Amino acid sequence: MANELAISVSGLKKTYTSKANGPKDAVAGIDLEVSRGEIFAILGPNGAGKTTTVEILEGYRDRDGGEVKVLGQDPAKLGKDSWAWRNRIGIVLQSTNDAQDLSVSETVKHFANYYSNPRDPESVIRDVGLDEKREARINTLSGGQRRRLDVALGIIGNPEILFLDEPTTGFDPEARRAFWDLIRNLRDEGTTILLTTHYLDEAEALADRVAVIVDGKIVEISTPENLGGRNTAKARVSWLENGQKQEIESDFPAAEVTKLVAKFGGEVPELTVIRPSLEDIYLKMIGQP
Amino acid sequence: MRPGIIKVGFLRGGLEIKQFMRQRESVVFTLLFPVMLLFIFGSVFKGDLAPGVTFSQYFVAGMIASGLVNTGFQQLAIMIPIERDFGTLKRLRGTPVSPISYFIGKAILVFVAMVVQVGALMGFGAALFGLDLPNTTERWIRFGWLILLGSICSTILGIAFSAVPKNGRGASAVVSPIVIILQFFSGVFFVFSTLPQWMQQFAALFPLKWLTQGMRSVFLPESFAAEEVAKSWEIPQIAIILIIWTVVGTFLALKTFKWSDK
Repeated sequence: MANELAISVSGLKKTYTSKANGPKDAVAGIDLEVSRGEIFAILGPNGAGKTTTVEILEGYRDRDGGEVKVLGQDPAKLGKDSWAWRNRIGIVLQSTNDAQDLSVSETVKHFANYYSNPRDPESVIRDVGLDEKREARINTLSGGQRRRLDVALGIIGNPEILFLDEPTTGFDPEARRAFWDLIRNLRDEGTTILLTTHYLDEAEALADRVAVIVDGKIVEISTPENLGGRNTAKARVSWLENGQKQEIESDFPAAEVTKLVAKFGGEVPELTVIRPSLEDIYLKMIGQP
Repeated sequence: MRPGIIKVGFLRGGLEIKQFMRQRESVVFTLLFPVMLLFIFGSVFKGDLAPGVTFSQYFVAGMIASGLVNTGFQQLAIMIPIERDFGTLKRLRGTPVSPISYFIGKAILVFVAMVVQVGALMGFGAALFGLDLPNTTERWIRFGWLILLGSICSTILGIAFSAVPKNGRGASAVVSPIVIILQFFSGVFFVFSTLPQWMQQFAALFPLKWLTQGMRSVFLPESFAAEEVAKSWEIPQIAIILIIWTVVGTFLALKTFKWSDK
């Protein structure tokens, strides 16, 4: 494909005006690019502007400024051929509660009729792990199963881009891991995936790249390994000396420890060496102590 | 190749009917409520309105016409805001489905529910209240197009009006009073020609009065036409009014239809 970018966004702005608080920038100038075949995570606390951003990309909301291209088209200016664009994208919204009285297979099969080149409904049901529930009514599914159905409906049209908005909120740990495998498989089949999450471990486990968003602004875009300079961050060495806690930051913690061992002639009281965890870095980024 | 808009509309219709049939309360209510009303009114008003025209006979015409309004306009203007709340519409918006396919699906649901409801009402009426069924082919044909055109008109107006209620919880409170007032004004519960003139003229602006009159032309003897305000059934006018409302409703529905509340 000539255009290797699945999504490009520059200077995206969206302002909401409420009677109580006046205008507020939900999205205050965002730039990002997502390549084809990439899993890109937008990570941030609740209310940071993740859903607003994604819903602008999905064509649900208009914007107040900036440029947006999704599969080479501006979602706000689709015009008559909007169906052709929607035919190429898959959307998994936040909580949905529809089609209660239908069965899983009825629903998935029905949605396949909407697309020009759908996947096989049976294999989609199998892929999302709902094979045993295929004849079950949707109102009998658990939260995690329901979310798997949402994904089935998101991918039934064989999309080039899949949008996932907080896909695993409310999952138990086992269900989350199974869900992550499903998403990785989709990426391996060539689907570009844009997901929002407020779970750090989810971004770390899944994403090729992560954008951290706070108050409508991107704080950093990086791979999970390099986020916040974690790979180059100084280690913190601390110990007890003369009844006082001592602490230094160093790029070479082993050398510091060697010096301390020589000084104490053996064991160093209450010695610890800590590298900041991804969580420490993330909390710092979003402004939490 | 894009899947056909009409084909997807019919598939949606099948799905809507399936969902409707699985909600037992709504099925029972839709089918039995008109029958219950007929039973109550038929038991209270025993007399004849004119030689050979019982009140039940007159009332059935009104019941079928208002069934069209209840099943189409009222049901959809309440159901669509609920579907918005549940995210049904938002999900559809994210697929290649055309709003027209969605509209067609709703119209099919309304039409099928109407046919079943009318069948129940006529069967019950004929068995218990000596209801006379339409007695000429011409009347059956007229009955057919009235149900079809009435269903489509009522559906599209229900979709157009669904933009008015803010959410599903408040929808019934907004929609139901309008329907009940129209029913009183349009000669469903009372003989239309005995209503005050201003009420008649007001009702004549809306489709229900014309549907009711059309149903009378199907169920009452030809001689009763002389009892109408216009001394005739006014069949061409009925068709024209319904078509105008359908066209206006389609325009409004396409303009105002909201997939979500944002």
